[in-house]
Amino acid sequence: MTGRLSPRATILVALLTSALFLLPWVAGKYPVYLAIQILILAVFSIGFNLLFGYTGLLSFGQAGFFAVGAYGCAKILLAVPNLFLGIAGGVAAAGVAAFLLGILSVRHTRIYFSMLTLAFGMMIYSVAWKWRDYTGGDDGLVGIPRAPLEIPGLVTISMAAMEHYYYVVLVLSLAAILAMYRLVRSPLGLTLQAIRDSETRAAFAGVPVQKYRLFAFTIAGLYAGLAGALLPPLENTVTPPIAHWSTSAEPVLATLLGGIHTFSGPIVGAFLFFVIKDVVMRFTEYWLICFGIIVVAMVMGFPSGIMSIFENRKRPAVPPDADRAAKAANASAKK
Amino acid sequence: MELLRIESAGKRFGDFVAVNGVSLTLPAGRLTAIIGPNGAGKTTLINLATGAMFPDSGALRFKGEDITRLAIHHRIRKGLSRSFQIMNIFARLSVLQNILVPVLARHGRTAIPFHGMERETEAVAEARQVLHEIGLLDHEHDPAGALSHGDQRLLEMGIAIAPAPQLCFLDEPSSGLTPTERSTVLELIRRLSAERRTTFVIVEHDMDVVFSLAEWIVVMNRGEVLAEGLPAEIRENRAVREVYLGEEFSA
Repeated sequence: MTGRLSPRATILVALLTSALFLLPWVAGKYPVYLAIQILILAVFSIGFNLLFGYTGLLSFGQAGFFAVGAYGCAKILLAVPNLFLGIAGGVAAAGVAAFLLGILSVRHTRIYFSMLTLAFGMMIYSVAWKWRDYTGGDDGLVGIPRAPLEIPGLVTISMAAMEHYYYVVLVLSLAAILAMYRLVRSPLGLTLQAIRDSETRAAFAGVPVQKYRLFAFTIAGLYAGLAGALLPPLENTVTPPIAHWSTSAEPVLATLLGGIHTFSGPIVGAFLFFVIKDVVMRFTEYWLICFGIIVVAMVMGFPSGIMSIFENRKRPAVPPDADRAAKAANASAKK
Repeated sequence: MELLRIESAGKRFGDFVAVNGVSLTLPAGRLTAIIGPNGAGKTTLINLATGAMFPDSGALRFKGEDITRLAIHHRIRKGLSRSFQIMNIFARLSVLQNILVPVLARHGRTAIPFHGMERETEAVAEARQVLHEIGLLDHEHDPAGALSHGDQRLLEMGIAIAPAPQLCFLDEPSSGLTPTERSTVLELIRRLSAERRTTFVIVEHDMDVVFSLAEWIVVMNRGEVLAEGLPAEIRENRAVREVYLGEEFSA
């Protein structure tokens, strides 16, 4: 886990980033729309994986914070047509919600934590469903404007064209990914990984474990909130299903597909998720069944995710000590 | 100077009394060994002392301060540390990172979110010094889970001494080690004790280790302190001989 990317990875990241910036020039509306969806799921998933892959907490309630971000952004945009305000407000609301529910959730671990987050997520779902005056109930919120990006007295950039909005999503997503990349390599990231490996040992190393779990939970909530807040300006509506637990399953599936123990896993997984969904949907409306089969096959074939293929190649072919290498192989096989 | 004072601490699990009103004073600079048959309450006593569990009765004072119900990480910061009988390391982290965690925690730098480890030069240097002392510097970049059993035990001890504790409990430090690894561990305990940096309290079954290291021996049986004293006194103690049926002391 070195701080810098290898030269090859740097070139790959630079090429991918340039391709993303050039996309609206070379592709039609639909690929751009799909790219926005992929970026949103990528942000959602790297936040989720800070909890799962790095801190060892499997949350089934991230859709709750996704929805808080989406509804928060939508309510602000309906009142004040300013894109920046809407997104920032959605993120902040999700962060507050994650912090408050996190205080209760991080007291537990393993299946108890997962069930608690599932319950809290469904609680938010029922609020979205039942609090008709505020959320519009099952009709949701409609007519949300894709408000211009406005800095008063300086610039106003119209978002009427989806390509313009695509760039907002792209820049924010890349910034969020970069911030997460730095975070997992920081002392805080190391501390979270220590908690994942052994909670007791971390406590006896002097780490206030619950406080750090709450950090991770709140940051994951902020990322879910950002992902959620990017959705209403794209779709112009928000409806309760985005808070449903099946939405929580999306980052879980994307992360499992891409790999939980590599940084890029959830991002690659988000891409695969939409590509598979898009291709399968052309043939059958029961796309979830096919998707499920593909996920099961991939998880069985690559238990550590697609990105683990590239991970293994980086290890030296002949380690100095054959016995140790055998044990290392054994240990990684067990995982 | 008195480091830890245990005042009639008790702990029961259901009907089983694991520790029954144990009082013990651990002064600075005196290497103490706690011995006793299986189920005597030795590990439970360590758990009470280090905060892994709270006593049902009694009190704990560390350097005169009441720590009976203090959270684990606060005890670590005050200078009270431990190792584990069952292997407890950060298996997916590198060997160096295993030591970095307690070092960063001691410097209060675990919450720093956005800069890389290359900026933590002081902590890295300190962690590498600990690795040097436990003889694992050559393995610093290996994943800890890939180390041999003996090296993992050494690393476990490294994590215990990395917070620079004044008092450190070692739960069976020599179990499952090869003779070479065992002498590395004993040498380390001796050296750190001699330098007066850390006072060790070891729980140990190997009587050779106990009598070669300890300056004071506490014998536990059925949750109570049966006897305590200098090694020579314990060797001659009749009650202790009875508990051990003489077998391990006959040599």
